[in-house]
Amino acid sequence: MNIASPSTGWFARLRDGLRRTKEGILRPFEELLRRGKVDEEFFAELEAVLLQADVGPATTEKLLGRLKERVARERLVEAEVLKEALATEVLALFSSCRADLDLSARGVVYLVVGVNGVGKTTTAAKMAAHMRKEGIGVLLVAADTFRAAAIEQLETWGARLGVEVIRHGPGADPAAVAFDGLAAARARGYENVIVDTAGRLHTKANLLEELRKVRRVVEAGLDGRRLCSLLVLDATTGQNALHQAQVFREVVGTGAAVLTKLDGTAKGGVAIALVDRIGLPIALVGVGEGIEDLREFVPEEFVAALFGA
Amino acid sequence: MFSSLSERLQEIFRRLRGKGRLSEADVDAALREVRLAFLEADVNYLVVKDFIARVRARAVGKEILESLTPAQQVIKIVHEELTTIMGRAEAKLDRAAVPPSTVMLVGLQGSGKTTTAGKLGLYLRKQGRGVLLVAADLRRPAAVKQLQVLGEDIGLPVYVGTARDPVAVCREGVAEAGRRGLDYVLLDTAGRLHVDEELMAELEEIKAAVRPVEILLVADAMTGQDAVNVAKTFHERLGLTGAILTKLDSDTRGGAALSIRAVTGAPIKFAGVGEKLEQFEVFHPERIAARILGMGDVLSLIEQAQRTLDQKKARTVLTHLRRDEYTLEDFLTQLQEMRKMGPFDQLLAMLPGGMAKGLKGLRFDEKEFVHLEAIIRSMTPDERRRPQIIDGSRRRRIARGSGTTVQQVNRLLQQFEESKRLMRQLTEASRFGRGGRFPFGL
Repeated sequence: MNIASPSTGWFARLRDGLRRTKEGILRPFEELLRRGKVDEEFFAELEAVLLQADVGPATTEKLLGRLKERVARERLVEAEVLKEALATEVLALFSSCRADLDLSARGVVYLVVGVNGVGKTTTAAKMAAHMRKEGIGVLLVAADTFRAAAIEQLETWGARLGVEVIRHGPGADPAAVAFDGLAAARARGYENVIVDTAGRLHTKANLLEELRKVRRVVEAGLDGRRLCSLLVLDATTGQNALHQAQVFREVVGTGAAVLTKLDGTAKGGVAIALVDRIGLPIALVGVGEGIEDLREFVPEEFVAALFGA
Repeated sequence: MFSSLSERLQEIFRRLRGKGRLSEADVDAALREVRLAFLEADVNYLVVKDFIARVRARAVGKEILESLTPAQQVIKIVHEELTTIMGRAEAKLDRAAVPPSTVMLVGLQGSGKTTTAGKLGLYLRKQGRGVLLVAADLRRPAAVKQLQVLGEDIGLPVYVGTARDPVAVCREGVAEAGRRGLDYVLLDTAGRLHVDEELMAELEEIKAAVRPVEILLVADAMTGQDAVNVAKTFHERLGLTGAILTKLDSDTRGGAALSIRAVTGAPIKFAGVGEKLEQFEVFHPERIAARILGMGDVLSLIEQAQRTLDQKKARTVLTHLRRDEYTLEDFLTQLQEMRKMGPFDQLLAMLPGGMAKGLKGLRFDEKEFVHLEAIIRSMTPDERRRPQIIDGSRRRRIARGSGTTVQQVNRLLQQFEESKRLMRQLTEASRFGRGGRFPFGL
């Protein structure tokens, strides 16, 4: 993805967006470091910091274990060094699990999925805005036919962005809308297609079945394009994000996650749990409400913003 | 990799049950698991810490060591503490001395405020109240339209102001409700990605302008550790009178509820339990505590059944069951009735853990249901009454007749047997299962 002009440099924006995450994790962490002594109590408090950042018990335990090992092996005592050590460990988790996604690519059909209220429609619109700016022909498909006014929401975005929106009426079969969307893309020569689906909980077998059907229809109509399923996750979600990722990946073969509302939370640690426990890479992050605030996720910068490197 | 809180706690307690008496170390081991389970369920870290400390203080003391059945004692303490946090009684919606009673719905983006406004409106309408919905979210594209569509669906008026100022819209909406002589006016306010000054100022202004009798925080049941901060901030600035938990039909249960209740002290009044507008219920803290502990929510199940089921049909099935004459006809009736109640998974979640576990293979979605119906309809009346006579050749005939396969017919017969077993268990459970008992046989 092309990074916007340096004046609004994406790193600065991410940093700004992550301000709360930083305050949430970094500040208590630094307070902790100021105490100086690295003992059991120190690790107990570090555990509290990580747990409260939604890193989750399993990943927290893993990180602490590795950190303790290094402390013992390398006789680390200095606060700064310890901070770096933790940052490296977190980064190591991300490095083994990187997303392969380029919003500037052509010939891609994006299937946007997720539970209710995570920001799928907004994400779809933001993606379209980016492609439009890049001069890529993009078509939005309103396959959320369930939520009241979801179609209107996407149409409002479409009109604002000057992007065509394929729609049916409320209550229509989403697979049929997807089918028409792909047919329209073919007929009118659009390069990319973004299919916005209805939010559904990952515990609803019948709704997941419906999504499977949408996927099948999309796969059948790719016409040489590549399918990229994106799971949109709310960064304020707790460990339930792991369940969501697991289920949705099985249903639509999710390639990567979009973490939205990252600026909204004092946390964001669930990103670390996601890569560690599920192996689902984070491709994009939403760091603001503006249309430009969808950004490529760069682990180094995330960790840097997190630990104030 | 993941097991539900209920399953985990049951596993822990099963271990405890095997022992006659408990040492301090045993209690600690169990509490470590409880802690982990709570953290995985997204109960706030500090709330968990506090909770564990309280349980431990009570469990390790005399109470447990002198008790004859220590395992029972630990569970009892965990359950009691859980109930203490959650509150005991369900909280009713307050009413103003002079109508209309103004209810303000607040919360972050995507928590489900607009949908909840519709659900609460429908709930009140069903109780015979006059309700006006006010579209005061002027920020999110199509939020007003969404509320209008919902209002039309459930037959409630929606006030859409002409002003661009949400405070004015709310004030006019409340006045409008007064003019129409309505009982309740529900304000669907704007959300933000996060708690910010602008939002809080706007909400405070609305509060000052309309003096609501209820300010309810609408919160996503799947929220992580941050639920505490969000609830705390809203509470400090607005003085919450309660909360509504949405998406409780997901597989996260209890975590955020526990946290919000613990930090604000405000009761959780309602819960959204499905996509349909009628899938909205009074929140029962006791039952949630029981559900977290794997003691099931048989009460909610029965209540839901009473609401939606055809009582005469249900009685017939029950009579057959008691007389051991439960047939495939009854099974079909039940399936049809159950479909009215909502997704089967959701019903399963209300059963005590152990019971639901044995039934995990038993799953119906809408499409499968059509097949099941076709299969049963392809049987002769005799076959429906006495499934044991269905041999290989009959199975093949039934499969052909219903356009399914012999495997599907077999599966149906298996499901029938399981359902029969479940129904027997359920009738037993409802006979014995009054609050405070532990159905997992301690």
